[in-house]
Amino acid sequence: MPTGTLQVKAISGHSGTVPGAGVQRAEEICKYIDVTTCIGCKACEVACVEWNDMPFQQTTFDNTYQTMPSTAWNYWNLIKFNEHQREDGTLQWLMRKDQCMHCEDPGCLRACPADGAIVQYTNGIVDFQQENCIGCQYCVSGCPFDIPKFNSTTKKVYKCTLCSDRVGQGLEPACIKACPTGCLKFGTKADMRGLAEARARQLREHSGFVHAGVYDPPSVGGTHVIYVLHDITKPELYGGLPANPQIPVTYTAWKRVAKPIALLLSLFAAPVAFFHYISQGPKEPQPQPPGQEVPR
Amino acid sequence: MSTAVERFDDGARARFGAHGRTFVRENELLRHPVYSRVLHWSVAAFFILALLSGLAIYTPWLYRVLTPLFGGGPMTRLLHPWFSLGFVAFFALQLLNWLQPMSWTPDDTRWLRRLKEYVANTDKLEPEYVDFFNAGQKLYFWAIVGSSVIFLVSGVPMWFPRAFGRTTAAIGYVFHDLAALVMLVGFIVHIYEGTAAQPGTFHSMTRGTVEKRWAWTHHPAWYLHATGRQPQDDYEAAVRRQAGRSAEGGTPSMPG
Repeated sequence: MPTGTLQVKAISGHSGTVPGAGVQRAEEICKYIDVTTCIGCKACEVACVEWNDMPFQQTTFDNTYQTMPSTAWNYWNLIKFNEHQREDGTLQWLMRKDQCMHCEDPGCLRACPADGAIVQYTNGIVDFQQENCIGCQYCVSGCPFDIPKFNSTTKKVYKCTLCSDRVGQGLEPACIKACPTGCLKFGTKADMRGLAEARARQLREHSGFVHAGVYDPPSVGGTHVIYVLHDITKPELYGGLPANPQIPVTYTAWKRVAKPIALLLSLFAAPVAFFHYISQGPKEPQPQPPGQEVPR
Repeated sequence: MSTAVERFDDGARARFGAHGRTFVRENELLRHPVYSRVLHWSVAAFFILALLSGLAIYTPWLYRVLTPLFGGGPMTRLLHPWFSLGFVAFFALQLLNWLQPMSWTPDDTRWLRRLKEYVANTDKLEPEYVDFFNAGQKLYFWAIVGSSVIFLVSGVPMWFPRAFGRTTAAIGYVFHDLAALVMLVGFIVHIYEGTAAQPGTFHSMTRGTVEKRWAWTHHPAWYLHATGRQPQDDYEAAVRRQAGRSAEGGTPSMPG
């Protein structure tokens, strides 16, 4: 269990270095979700709402057991219920706890233009700092998992914090604490990854799920929330989990490299104009006062 | 252009004209009436506000410098689209106002071919075909029209990203940036050309008038239309007057 204070690793829209970088080393943490043993009890949903002090609200019924169609600005943790018909015609009920994946390379943080609105801690938690959020919602378009949600009243974006307030005090996230089946576990990334691999192997070798595997997508540098899936080849079945989550290239190549260069090139027009005046001079209305033009 | 739009434009110009006044001296010509001037400076004010609030969000290096001007990051984000709408609204009126003098002609293509000579100040007088606006001014004008369309088309999805989807906003902002950079370069050149590069030009947009010699120097065809006199003849007469005064040893003052 990681202890100690939260050490900031990256800051959105920040022009300088990260204060205090490298003074402290923290273990990378990870949430482990075994969808194969989830029973869809929603204890994690309730624990999340309670711990984060969010109001209980009316749910949306859409002919499933799902509380609402998607996570909301004040509902960060949602079990997605999906009925899947297997090739032999039998039913498979897939339940996946949907929340922020806490990517190692977070698309939200890359997209964010506001200094300090999104921070990534060295332990892997990606956390929104609403006091610095300007409500532009670039993070919404930067996130491959459709996690950040905008509150049009406060004009701020919210999402799962991985209970950074609890983790910073050495506690596990609220959802983990509430889980009755042990399908949710919390620990270091290395430990959770090992546990997940072992469970996936067990599913493959002993339970007949030949495609069982661990969802820890490398396209976003891995995530600090990992899933054990019955079928790693079809993550989309689990309520639209992307097989290959991508950060839009406009938030990587364009934002990091092309944007500053393009701006500098554009501003270069100012010194060009200034030195044009210094060397060529103005176009005076003709005729000018009598005089002589000298070539120097 | 439909006649209703035409009537609206004419009416607006007349109403503004009735409320303002421009004093034209003997040696001057009226260049920009009150309506054009008010529109120009309204567009300019909103453009600068939109530019500064936009640059604040454009790059982290400018965020801390520029957001305090507007009361912090959230306020900057809130105001930017409204500044832009103000810009677009006033520029739309200017588009109607200037549609005729800004329309592109074969002479403008000719002018662009001698852009190098224009930049290098090779010729003292502009070619005789340069009318109310030269091709450079028209180019900037139509670049603003094009950029405004790009700003609107890409900006609305950025304003309401939930309604348009993730990809639209993520791609749209690149076009928003590119349009802004084109505008920024044009803006810098515009300020230079309108102030230091051409003495007398700034006055045309503040008090509306230019000296006649400014007119035959920079816009000979407009001088011909405005006065009914040949710019080349009047220019040569002015040269002779100046030479005469110099010979008499009098103080060389500028002829009209």
